Amino acid sequence: MNIPFSGQIINMCAALLLLIAFAMLSQRRILSLINLFALQGLILAVSTSVVAYSSHQVHLYYSAALTLLLKAVALPLILHRLIRKLNVKWDVETLFNIPTTMLAGLALVVFAFNLAAPISQMAGTITKSTLGIAMASVLLSFLMMITRSKAVPQVVGFLAMENGLFFAATSATYGMPMVVELGIALDVLVGMLILGIFFFQIRTAFDSLDLEHMEKLKED
Amino acid sequence: MFASFGVLPMDVILGVVVFWLALGTAGLVLQNSRFITRIIFPLGALGSLVLAGAALAGLNEVSTAILPLGLPDLPFHLRMDALSAFFLLLLGSASIGISLFSAGYFHGMPKSALGPLCLEYHIFLAGMALVFLADDAYLFMVAWESMALSSYFLVTTDHDHPEVRRAGFLYLLIAHVGAIAILMCFGVMHGGHGGHGGYTFDAMRHGQLPAFWASVTFFLALFGFGAKAGILPLHAWLPEAHPAAPSPVSAMMSGIMLKTAIYGILRVTFDLLDVQLWWWGVFALALGLLTALFGVIFAAVQSDMKRLLAFSSIENIGFILTGIGLTIIFHDSHKEALAALALTATLYHALNHAFMKGLLFLGTGSILHATGERHLGKLGGLIRRMPELALLMLVGALALAGLPPLNGFVSEWLLLQAFLLSPGLPQPYVNMLVPIAAAALALAAALAGYVMVKFYGVIFLGQPRDSSLAEVHDAGLWERIGMLCMAVGCIALGVFPSFVILHLDFVTEMLVHHSLSASAAKTGWLLLTPIEAERASYGPLVLLLIIVGGSLLTAFAVKKFYHGRVRRGPAWDCGFPAQTARMQDTAEGFGQPIRQIFEWYMGVVRQVPAPFDRHPHFHSETHDLLWNIFYAPAKRMNDAAGKLMGKLQHGRIHIYLLYSFVTLLALLAFVR
Repeated sequence: MNIPFSGQIINMCAALLLLIAFAMLSQRRILSLINLFALQGLILAVSTSVVAYSSHQVHLYYSAALTLLLKAVALPLILHRLIRKLNVKWDVETLFNIPTTMLAGLALVVFAFNLAAPISQMAGTITKSTLGIAMASVLLSFLMMITRSKAVPQVVGFLAMENGLFFAATSATYGMPMVVELGIALDVLVGMLILGIFFFQIRTAFDSLDLEHMEKLKED
Repeated sequence: MFASFGVLPMDVILGVVVFWLALGTAGLVLQNSRFITRIIFPLGALGSLVLAGAALAGLNEVSTAILPLGLPDLPFHLRMDALSAFFLLLLGSASIGISLFSAGYFHGMPKSALGPLCLEYHIFLAGMALVFLADDAYLFMVAWESMALSSYFLVTTDHDHPEVRRAGFLYLLIAHVGAIAILMCFGVMHGGHGGHGGYTFDAMRHGQLPAFWASVTFFLALFGFGAKAGILPLHAWLPEAHPAAPSPVSAMMSGIMLKTAIYGILRVTFDLLDVQLWWWGVFALALGLLTALFGVIFAAVQSDMKRLLAFSSIENIGFILTGIGLTIIFHDSHKEALAALALTATLYHALNHAFMKGLLFLGTGSILHATGERHLGKLGGLIRRMPELALLMLVGALALAGLPPLNGFVSEWLLLQAFLLSPGLPQPYVNMLVPIAAAALALAAALAGYVMVKFYGVIFLGQPRDSSLAEVHDAGLWERIGMLCMAVGCIALGVFPSFVILHLDFVTEMLVHHSLSASAAKTGWLLLTPIEAERASYGPLVLLLIIVGGSLLTAFAVKKFYHGRVRRGPAWDCGFPAQTARMQDTAEGFGQPIRQIFEWYMGVVRQVPAPFDRHPHFHSETHDLLWNIFYAPAKRMNDAAGKLMGKLQHGRIHIYLLYSFVTLLALLAFVR
């Protein structure tokens, strides 16, 4: 087992990402959730720039900078402002209790690793062992979206899922083409803004950000 | 003309496209209604004039360009050949009058609505120009869709009315179904050769498709472009959208936009596909005849003037499609001279229709402005209130009725000549059927005359059917100038056919490798002889001189020899002195014979009063049976599918997320 130093850093970043994904899954408070999300963005930026350094891919530096700017600074700031305005920084209700969710999360991680094993063997990059983790963090974020009943954590889950996808892209293929990456970054930003507007609309319509109220919208 | 300045016609045309876009943006930004109507629309007309001139200059050359726009590694390819140049000429020359008319028509519209309208109008123009210039499937679809979307917004200008929104939706729906078919058509051609750069038309031109796939391509193109053109059974949007749209927009859509579809069919069939099979021609011929007959019969029973013109557009598209079908049949049998004749007639009719239908739609706009009424039953006697409009409309109506020496006659005559010269085709059954088709075409042409008598007679002749018509004023100056441009076009195209055919030759030379002018102008430019002088010839200028001279002579003779003996007296009242305007023949009454004859062909709902009813009320409605056959089942199926899908809906966002989560996991496990 002879992994270069940069590879070891990337592996550590991957481990941290997985840890944060679990932390997010278990976190009850929205404020901490957003801080975790910002941390995730930071780690993502670090790992991307390390991949860029070790593989001499110049465009990855740009995407690392973009990630830092967007996911570690801009989006958390927007979210912070949003929850201050909406006044919802306190506890969140989960639909299932947290230990159950964590167990389900464990199963998902096993599934993700199992899934990534054949792909990792074929991948020739220095970061091949991290694909499973990337996949696991995507699935865990998805699980978080499903188990939360309030709107803001769901959006955080959505953004975290994008982080996982991004990590999968850098780890498996040295990143996507710049055009695609720029497009996704823009999508995330715009999506965030639109969802922010939705929050206000949902709250004025239902007096709460609890999505259970939206069941009333069903047409029979 | 342009080459001497070192500028290619295509550069000029691209310049006009950019100019149009800039004008539209300026209109949106400035939002000054006086500026928009008095400066921007006339400038747009100037752009049209330049475009028409450049297209005329570019008819005999091929130029290509690659624009570094679009996505990275997917640049836009442009190409201007004779076919594009001809349709650009159509666009430019016909939109001059429409833009000038718009300058008057939209004056007085609230400026909040006028700004966006100005933008959409010019995007619409630019989109159509780019459709004609596109040389790859990508730019073509982009231009095609921007044309469709901008025209959708133009149709829904009066979106306060629910029926306008409904009409707009129907238009958008059919346009998109058509666009999908066009995309698939390009996809099949792309599959024909594979390789890189496959989305350019140039690559498709060099592709070799087996007969089956070529047929699939042709029918996809016919379906896709047919949806835009209003070919049966995809015609349903025309009679809804045209009455809903403002009149200049109707004129533009009917006069020019429908021709983009004709362009598409010609481009795919004769340019991009390397084979043409005769049975495609038979199919197109039959469909064209059905469309023409359907359109004209329904036009005869309409009582809304814009709906009537919309059905008449369907009829004319049917004519054009018939010509295309005939061209394919001749081309496949290697009768190139006849193919050139049929294609010339087709293109000529497309050009003519742009002018005459544009003119009539503009006229309905003026009438609508003056009276606020679209229903023929409320109009009448306008010739005395709006004499200049009546004269201009008379030109359009006579042209659309196909009377010499105006332009409608020339193209219909050429097409009928092509039919009459058809014996000698190798397929015996086609040979037998062609005379029947010619007869059906003649029937449609004759009924078109009937429709125009009704249209013109009910609106302009007789007594006003409504008291409010007494204080109606004639159309404004801009509106009349715009219509005058169209009317001059109708007359010029009718009187100088040899010149027109001389220019159409570039197109026929390109598509069927044969030209007509060598034989057409054999006996001098005065006389038009499609094949040979012994068979048939037509001298429109002579005819015009005889008509004008004869009328003047008669007027002179009457004045000279009968002067003083002419008495003016009341018309004979049939022995019933108390006549009112309500006793005139109505639009419904005029169409009644047609309705009676073709009742099996259309759904007529009639409400007849009882014999002793003291307040009798008669009501009659004509429905489109094809709606029940094609559209209603599609709608029912769609609704049923929607209900079925609705069962999945629980209103809980977590369940929805769970759906996608489970799907994701299942797919991941599956690819594992």
